[in-house]
Amino acid sequence: MVGITTGSLGAGLMKRNFWMAAALGAFALAACGGPKEVVKAFSAEEPFPSNPYPSTYAPYPNAPVLITNATILDGEGARIENGSLLIQGGKVTALGLEIAAPEGAVVIDAAGRWVTPGIIDNHSHLGAYPSPSVTAHQDGNEISAPVTAEVWVEHGIWPQDPGFSRARAGGITALQILPGSANLFGGRGVTLKNVPARTVQGMKFPDAPYTLKMACGENPKRVYGYGRGSYPGGAPYSRMGNMAGYREAWIRAADYRRKWDKYNIEGGDMPTRDLELDTLAGVLSGEILVHMHCYRADEMAQIMDMSREFGYKVTAFHHAVESYKIADKLADYGACSSMWADWWGFKMEAYDGIPENIPLVANAGACAIVHSDSDVGIQRLNQEAAKAWADGKRIGIDIPIEQAWEWLSLNPAKSLGIDDVTGSLKPGKNADVVIWSGDPFSIYTKADQVFIDGALMYDRAHPETNAVTDFELGQPGEGDVK
Amino acid sequence: MIRHLIAATSAAACLALGAMAETYAVIGEKVWTGTDAGTIDDGIVIIRDGRIVTVGGPDTPVPEEATVVNAEWVTPGLISAFSRTGIVEVDAEDSTNDTSAALSPFSVSLNAADGFNPDDTAIDVTRIAGVTRIVVAPSPATNLFAGQGFVADTTGSQETALRERAFLYMSMGEGGAGLAGGSRPAAWAQLRAALDDARAYPGRYAGGGEGDVLTRRDAQALASAARGQQLILVSVRSATDLNALMDLAESDRALKFAVVGGDEAWRVADRLAALRIPVILDAFSNLPGSFDQLAATQENASRLVAAGVSIAIVNLGNDSHLARLMTQIAGNAVANGLDWDEAMKSLTVTPAKIFGLSGYGTLAVGARGDVVAWDGDPLENTSNTDAVFIDGVPQDLTSRQTELRDRYRTLDESQRPLAYVHP
Repeated sequence: MVGITTGSLGAGLMKRNFWMAAALGAFALAACGGPKEVVKAFSAEEPFPSNPYPSTYAPYPNAPVLITNATILDGEGARIENGSLLIQGGKVTALGLEIAAPEGAVVIDAAGRWVTPGIIDNHSHLGAYPSPSVTAHQDGNEISAPVTAEVWVEHGIWPQDPGFSRARAGGITALQILPGSANLFGGRGVTLKNVPARTVQGMKFPDAPYTLKMACGENPKRVYGYGRGSYPGGAPYSRMGNMAGYREAWIRAADYRRKWDKYNIEGGDMPTRDLELDTLAGVLSGEILVHMHCYRADEMAQIMDMSREFGYKVTAFHHAVESYKIADKLADYGACSSMWADWWGFKMEAYDGIPENIPLVANAGACAIVHSDSDVGIQRLNQEAAKAWADGKRIGIDIPIEQAWEWLSLNPAKSLGIDDVTGSLKPGKNADVVIWSGDPFSIYTKADQVFIDGALMYDRAHPETNAVTDFELGQPGEGDVK
Repeated sequence: MIRHLIAATSAAACLALGAMAETYAVIGEKVWTGTDAGTIDDGIVIIRDGRIVTVGGPDTPVPEEATVVNAEWVTPGLISAFSRTGIVEVDAEDSTNDTSAALSPFSVSLNAADGFNPDDTAIDVTRIAGVTRIVVAPSPATNLFAGQGFVADTTGSQETALRERAFLYMSMGEGGAGLAGGSRPAAWAQLRAALDDARAYPGRYAGGGEGDVLTRRDAQALASAARGQQLILVSVRSATDLNALMDLAESDRALKFAVVGGDEAWRVADRLAALRIPVILDAFSNLPGSFDQLAATQENASRLVAAGVSIAIVNLGNDSHLARLMTQIAGNAVANGLDWDEAMKSLTVTPAKIFGLSGYGTLAVGARGDVVAWDGDPLENTSNTDAVFIDGVPQDLTSRQTELRDRYRTLDESQRPLAYVHP
């Protein structure tokens, strides 16, 4: 049996190790100078690489760190007063009241300060819509057609976006970059470590599954229908057209998947590869997670039915300003809602946004996530959570802060399929850790130190040691406190 | 306890809005006055017939007839120094959006007050967050000049008190360049010519004569600003563009300017202070979002105040529906070095000064009865209002948002659909 399995369509995590090894092994002498990489010709056994743009990220060197005397939120609902956290080899190795400092450990006395898992924003456009927001930088939306599942946002990310640095100063240790919401299918999203790097590959979160961005409602019909009729197709023009557009694409994806299944079992001529359908078939095989921009409750209900029709699952609805109206249904279905604290009113589908959306969703037992969709909001998602938390409290939804923190780290990690390695301070997980100057739900609190895989990547007390992007070099304000 | 009192009083207020001759005692563990009295512990503010009649400590006598409100914090009503609240219901729906008019032949003379809708749902949302007065500006669309802005209360009443033509709003810098035809030289040519047109009004327009850039109506509307009798709010970000504006201010000392944005104002803070040009800013700005804000920093506010510049803090990111986030933004300015008292002043005292709103922005004897009772530090993420008074009248603390919330608080449809729940 030759060819690829259905299971490796799209994200193809299974094949990653093989292809990395293949690339590293394929060296030969090139025409000029020393040995250069020679591009390998692919064989019938492996007709194409399943992970052609692999992560090159590796944790940066770090000494053991022992944080003591802190108020620690473990990210899974527990709070430890006067606690200690030990980081070794880039991992959380111990969490508790009394932990002895291993030899060579840097001991940080965090008396009066708080320690939490790093914040994970599962809705960002940093790099794809970077600063400065000039025309040449609009790489977040392939508006040329309503179905562009073939594009991958990582191919439009500029790693020199100063927004990554600002987000790091706000305690963001990982983030999902999504394509924009003009299209029914916007393309693949990517999960990044929030580390400075020369390449996007240097930021890619190792082994994170790919995601697919989809969009409901006003955006697709405005962009392709009545608003910008000059684009090809002219459809969708209505919410009916939106649904027909998704369904038509899923039918093609199912057919494509069948062709590959047949080929894998029976052999014969290899089906022609289709980038768009690679991604959609990856969703149908469960390897690619669906993140769908959807505001209205009634539309989310339609989408949940559609996912049942085609046999996939929506991992998270994004923006979801009306999730509070169907929080019970979302809990039953098992989709996360990725929400703002208080955005509302900027368009009709955002008209019913309320500040209690997040606590109402959490209170119904559904998965609640605080997201930014903003290069400003991403810098203080802890404050966005705090506002929502307080507004919930005011109507009698009293969620302890140590549970509310799940909105910021663990739940977004789950929605990105990386909760086995990050999102909480469980021993064994990556040491993605923030030391806050105080209660992180207070407006006066700032991130003092941000560790990513145990390496200190932001230190407020030593601004001269922090990252400055290429773009900011030689410009007014270079290296300033931002 | 507080809520019960307010529920009772606000019901009464609704019946006789605008005609209240009541006495209220607002008692706070902390009363921030915005005056030399500073913050009074266990302070008492007495409001009678729409005005503040007493501000004092715990020994202040409370009149027998007074309705008492207890709170953790008491402050003057907040003043949003720059917003679009009340002139747009849904931004993306043009039919509800009166902020700008790309197809209008007029510019300077566009009077934003003509677009004010007291039923705008964002007004309630803004009021219940403690904002009692809003400065509202139109948006520019056809040239540098957006038009005439106004100041309103946030009662949401059809009898809303409006101060029309409180200022002219215009854009310079990168934004102005685009509006004027494509370059900063084009923006400056248009501004200089417009000022000349206005100063030559009505003479130049007599007998069918025309201006260089302004129609008769627009020249007439610019006349008072051009003669220094009306405040001009100018949106401008970079140090270079701020210096260019200050060159104009120095060459014509009559002109009265306030800057909106001013992301790099800290770089020219001393000159702004010397020229007494205030800056209305969004203290979140810290990204090089464009080439005219490369040096943006969250320390802008604290650096400006240190240099003696008057500042007002506003939400420029969402100025229509979330103007209320001015408290969060000011709190962040405090986290970035701004003195807490200065942050409070940037939401009250200073906006009142910039727009000449005498009797607003402080808790002082004789001041208007715009008073807010809070359940915590007004700048904290977790604080909310317990009572809001405008002109001495306790305000309704519900909004369309609170009604939606209360309808969907429980999702029980076992007996009837939720549409039958009337909060």
